[in-house]
Amino acid sequence: MQKIIVCIKRVVDYNVRIRVKPDGSGVMLDGVKMSVNPFDEIALEEALRIKERGTNIEVVAVSIGVADTQQQLRTALAMGADRAILVQTDLPVEPLTAAQTFLAVANKENPDLIFLGKQAIDDDANQTGQMLAAIWQRPQATYASKVEISGGKASVTREVDAGLETIEVDLPAVVTVDLRLNEPRYVKLPDIMKAKKKPLEVTSLEALGVSTAVLLKTVKTEPPAQRQKGVMVKDVAELVGVLKKKGLI
Amino acid sequence: MHKVLIVGEHDGKTLNPATAKCVTCAGGIPDVEITIVILGADTAAVAGQAAAVAGVKSVLRVDRPENQHPLAAIFAPQLAALAADYTHIFGPSTSFGKDLMPRVAALLGVPQVSDLMAVEGAYLFKRPTYAGNAIVTVQADPARKLIATVRVASFESAKAGGNAAVESKSLSVALPSHTRYVGAKSGSTDRPDLQTAKRVVSGGRALGSAENFKLLFSLADKIGAAVGASRAAVDAGYAANEMQVGQTGKIISPDIYIAIGISGAIQHLTGIKDARTIVAINKDGEAPIFEVADVGLVGDLFQIVPELERLVSG
Ligand SMILES: Cc1cc2nc3c(=O)[nH]c(=O)nc-3n(C[C@H](O)[C@H](O)[C@H](O)COP(=O)(O)OP(=O)(O)OC[C@H]3O[C@@H](n4cnc5c(N)ncnc54)[C@H](O)[C@@H]3O)c2cc1C
Ligand SMILES: Nc1ncnc2c1ncn2[C@@H]1O[C@H](COP(=O)(O)O)[C@@H](O)[C@H]1O
Repeated sequence: MQKIIVCIKRVVDYNVRIRVKPDGSGVMLDGVKMSVNPFDEIALEEALRIKERGTNIEVVAVSIGVADTQQQLRTALAMGADRAILVQTDLPVEPLTAAQTFLAVANKENPDLIFLGKQAIDDDANQTGQMLAAIWQRPQATYASKVEISGGKASVTREVDAGLETIEVDLPAVVTVDLRLNEPRYVKLPDIMKAKKKPLEVTSLEALGVSTAVLLKTVKTEPPAQRQKGVMVKDVAELVGVLKKKGLI
Repeated sequence: MHKVLIVGEHDGKTLNPATAKCVTCAGGIPDVEITIVILGADTAAVAGQAAAVAGVKSVLRVDRPENQHPLAAIFAPQLAALAADYTHIFGPSTSFGKDLMPRVAALLGVPQVSDLMAVEGAYLFKRPTYAGNAIVTVQADPARKLIATVRVASFESAKAGGNAAVESKSLSVALPSHTRYVGAKSGSTDRPDLQTAKRVVSGGRALGSAENFKLLFSLADKIGAAVGASRAAVDAGYAANEMQVGQTGKIISPDIYIAIGISGAIQHLTGIKDARTIVAINKDGEAPIFEVADVGLVGDLFQIVPELERLVSG
């Protein structure tokens, strides 16, 4: 094990209340707090723990996004990544384009493992890792809640609908992480200072030879149907009465 | 004519109900012909169940020892090899479909639309983003094959009563050996399945321990309900991971959802917005869950739940 890539997406912070623009052209992003996608923090934490258990393992954080994405990459460097790569673009990036970009990076860097989040909490697509594994022609282990590396293999426990499933994959491999894999560390102030000196390379989709064609057009964005506030009951007897009347119990 | 291939989900014996929901979704496409494909080691029984779903024209069986377990790396190249005859390929947005379908899409070099919640045209769909807080209408390119997952909570099951032709396919596709199934641990119980249950009782951080969760199991057994949990309850080890409801857990649409000691975070509400009736029990009258609940009761769950169990049994 020599090198791990971690994909870090800049997204609207999960605490922000999302509002749809009245003209239906998207969601309001002006002045909204942006953060590292929560799953990607977990992905990075796992890479750092593997690094700390081994020797001479390099962890590279990679992101595709606007110039300000450097902030999220600096956070990744402060957590402990060794260096970062920003593929800078102002275009919205679809999962297939993101996967093609990470493939171009992988072909240059030859990592043993690529960690991604299981989903980005903005598009909720849950695609990029699987797509990357397909075009990299390598195994995928999605929704990981436990990862054990030994002898050129990874044993990964996955969170699936029926419970937990374990698979074994040969390295190099793509792993997408679920919430219960670990608890990401907090960044300390001295680490933020140190992170400023770590290398952050900026490149572009064009330089990596990735097509920027838009394949899926978003024609409208609207708020979800709102549920009506219902009735409050005063005690259990009344609750049971209401439910019986509705034929629910 | 649009030809939709639906990837059937099953456990070797039974067709997962998610498949019949995908059929309903695909049925919304104009001028459509629907095929279900079943990959497995021995799919005779499951293919028969798929053929009985109304609205299905044909069923393909792909039997192969390597298909014993549904590994995406094994299934995807076979589905890519079948793709030529179809305009659309759909799978359910269960952990099976979410793992598999993007791998198929990327092998074909086409994008995927995740979590279809409404069909507006053959290439025009609605899907949720931002934990369901923004619904987008997506236009896909009719010149390309469309891969999608179907948000099963948005669709009713297609009825039984079909009589589709079943055909066995043998595909000469080389399969990788880099991915191996090791084993599974499921917390399967006699209780109804969370994803298809008509009634769900769900608990949050307020339960305080795995021991206390037994209060909910006991209530659930009285009313024939499945048991769910918030992320906080799962993270704290009070409930198993497959019980999590929400943005990153299960998206469900029961007739009645009883949320007990759950605050109602956006990520949790995403999972229950299609529930017909939401009941909330919480000691904090200001908890956000009451904004969406059809029936709310403010109070201490440790008093309310045992009393509720008594009164529903009486
Ligand atoms: C990326 C991401 C994804 C997430 N995905 C999910 C998801 O899929 N599902 C999910 O649920 N969460 C998810 N979350 C977490 C979510 O934000 C909340 O933290 C979580 O839902 C809170 O769980 P809770 O309501 O059980 O706990 P709390 O928010 O702590 O609420 C506990 C509630 O219990 C009430 N209470 C306490 N004692 C009693 C009592 N004795 N009787 C009655 N009521 C009582 C309190 O008033 C309170 O309202 C996600 C978060 C992130 C960042
Ligand atoms: N633009 C991006 N920059 C960095 N990582 C990304 C980007 N898009 C997707 N990813 C990675 O892919 C994961 C899944 O994203 P998605 O398929 O969009 O839900 C995320 O958690 C990230 O790890």
